Amino acid sequence: MSDNSTATVISVPEETLVNRPATGKFKAFMSKFMKQKLAVISSAFILLLFIVAIIGPHIVPYPPNEPNYDALMEGPSAAHWAGTDEYGRDILSRLIDGTRLTMAVSLSAVFISAIAGTILGLISGYYGGWIDRLIMRGSDVMFSFPDLLLAIGIVAILGPGLSNVVIAVAVFGTPSFARIIRSVTLSAKESLYVEAAQSMGAKNNRIIWKHIFPETVPSIIVNVSMKIGGAILAAASLSFLGLGAKPTEPDWGAMLSMGRDYLSIAPHIVYFPGFIIFLTVLAFNLIGDGLNDALDPKTKN
Amino acid sequence: MGRYAIQRLLGVIPLLFIVSILVFMFIHLIPGDPARLVAGKDATLEEINGIREQLGLNLPLWQQYVNYMGDLLKGDLGESVRSGIPVMEMLESRFLPTIILTFTSLGWALIIGLLIGIVTAVNRGKWPDYIGMLAAISGISLPGFWLGLVLIQVFSVQLGWFPTGGIDTWQSYILPSFTLGAGIMSMLARYSRSSMLETMREDYVRTGRAKGLREFTVVGRHALRNSLIQVVTVAGLQFGFLLGGSVMVETVFSIPGMGRLLVDSIAFRDYTVIQALLLMFAAEFILINLIVDLLYGVLNPKIRYASK
Repeated sequence: MSDNSTATVISVPEETLVNRPATGKFKAFMSKFMKQKLAVISSAFILLLFIVAIIGPHIVPYPPNEPNYDALMEGPSAAHWAGTDEYGRDILSRLIDGTRLTMAVSLSAVFISAIAGTILGLISGYYGGWIDRLIMRGSDVMFSFPDLLLAIGIVAILGPGLSNVVIAVAVFGTPSFARIIRSVTLSAKESLYVEAAQSMGAKNNRIIWKHIFPETVPSIIVNVSMKIGGAILAAASLSFLGLGAKPTEPDWGAMLSMGRDYLSIAPHIVYFPGFIIFLTVLAFNLIGDGLNDALDPKTKN
Repeated sequence: MGRYAIQRLLGVIPLLFIVSILVFMFIHLIPGDPARLVAGKDATLEEINGIREQLGLNLPLWQQYVNYMGDLLKGDLGESVRSGIPVMEMLESRFLPTIILTFTSLGWALIIGLLIGIVTAVNRGKWPDYIGMLAAISGISLPGFWLGLVLIQVFSVQLGWFPTGGIDTWQSYILPSFTLGAGIMSMLARYSRSSMLETMREDYVRTGRAKGLREFTVVGRHALRNSLIQVVTVAGLQFGFLLGGSVMVETVFSIPGMGRLLVDSIAFRDYTVIQALLLMFAAEFILINLIVDLLYGVLNPKIRYASK
């Protein structure tokens, strides 16, 4: 799962922008993006995480799920760089092993909401009328539930578990995509080339996918990159509350939840998973900022 | 302004109506038989039927909705499936801690967020700007529950300055509200910075400087006042973030608020309580957004005059 997502996340900007007639755009984008040191460093970090997610099981120093009752809650040492947890399991190994799960959950949730939101936004913006009103009122209703609470509500309905966490996080992410894509669609619809296509008798479907959709791609990329951090936090929060990953699964959020009970005697059980969540979310947010600055026509230099 | 306010007020009614339908549908969206789920694995058929009756699930759907809405308008949220206690009674003591927590967090967030925003905007491109903005984006990226746990470990367990949880004294609210406010504080810092940068490019700021006003007056009196409009709106819109976060923070700090009750009720499959809480949270959020909208109308003369 995460292997595929890896390829998509990194290659989307290149493919879509390169295939377009103006090849110079990609160069311009890259030169702008590369100037943002923090975003570039963050991209390197995320790339590293993807590699860890793929080869994780082969590089763990200890079996991540095997208890070791001779080494319970040991602090960081040469043998266990991040210490051991309440079952004596090596925390670093569990973090490495959990990278795959955490990435898969958050990326699939964001991709689902990006796809659903983009389709809804295109339809809403292009056709207008009652269908537009229906979709926008629907998103208003969704917005009237605070994000995390909506997700908690959905998990309360569907029951705990990581696949339901994906659905919940995807559902609350959808309206924001729909709104952003709708507004881009509205302005693209007014452009001359769309009018030209319409007057030549092109079918609506063709106009939407061939002429309007490419215009929305930069917004989709920026929003995807901005949402991944939030999705990781939301999934971790749900796991922390016991609504997501099972305690046995090496999910970063679930590791925090288990370690909570031992906070006063072995704080490192909580420190390391939380810190890696923080770094990952920070990196995604910095990339989002960088992409936003590089792709937004309004920002100069 | 009057017409604008009435428009906004009327707009909220259908929204509340739809939200109430969604919350009503909650129990019907559960895959499987909710009565069986509540009763547990070892329940007899009689027990299951009893619970089904108690939840009113044996009635036709439309009648269930009429009953639900009728009770709701009377302020009756039903009884807990678990304890039989009226939900309204359960909520009473839970309401205040959550409100105190969210508003103190908002207070922190506004004050510190604005300060960071002003300092970074005024020093644009210099080191306070970089540090402030790095701090802000870090704040957004911090898992709130983790920050809470780290603060407890450092300030409560090791230094002993604050209680580790509960709401016995006012000091108990300091760490939780700071934890909850951190994320929104960072967002406000970013918004107020960009909004300040925008207003500082305006003509009236240049005029202020040209006529020799001190920089402090220019920033405080002219630029800040005009960026406040945007910042207040953003703060209100982020209120949902606080409500969602309160669930986490209340769990970490063992605060007996609505969020904690929600988590406990989910664990016990206490569907009536979950339903009531979702409705309360959504209603509170809609209400806050309405207030923000109205406040925006008051603060922004453009809207005030446009609707006249």
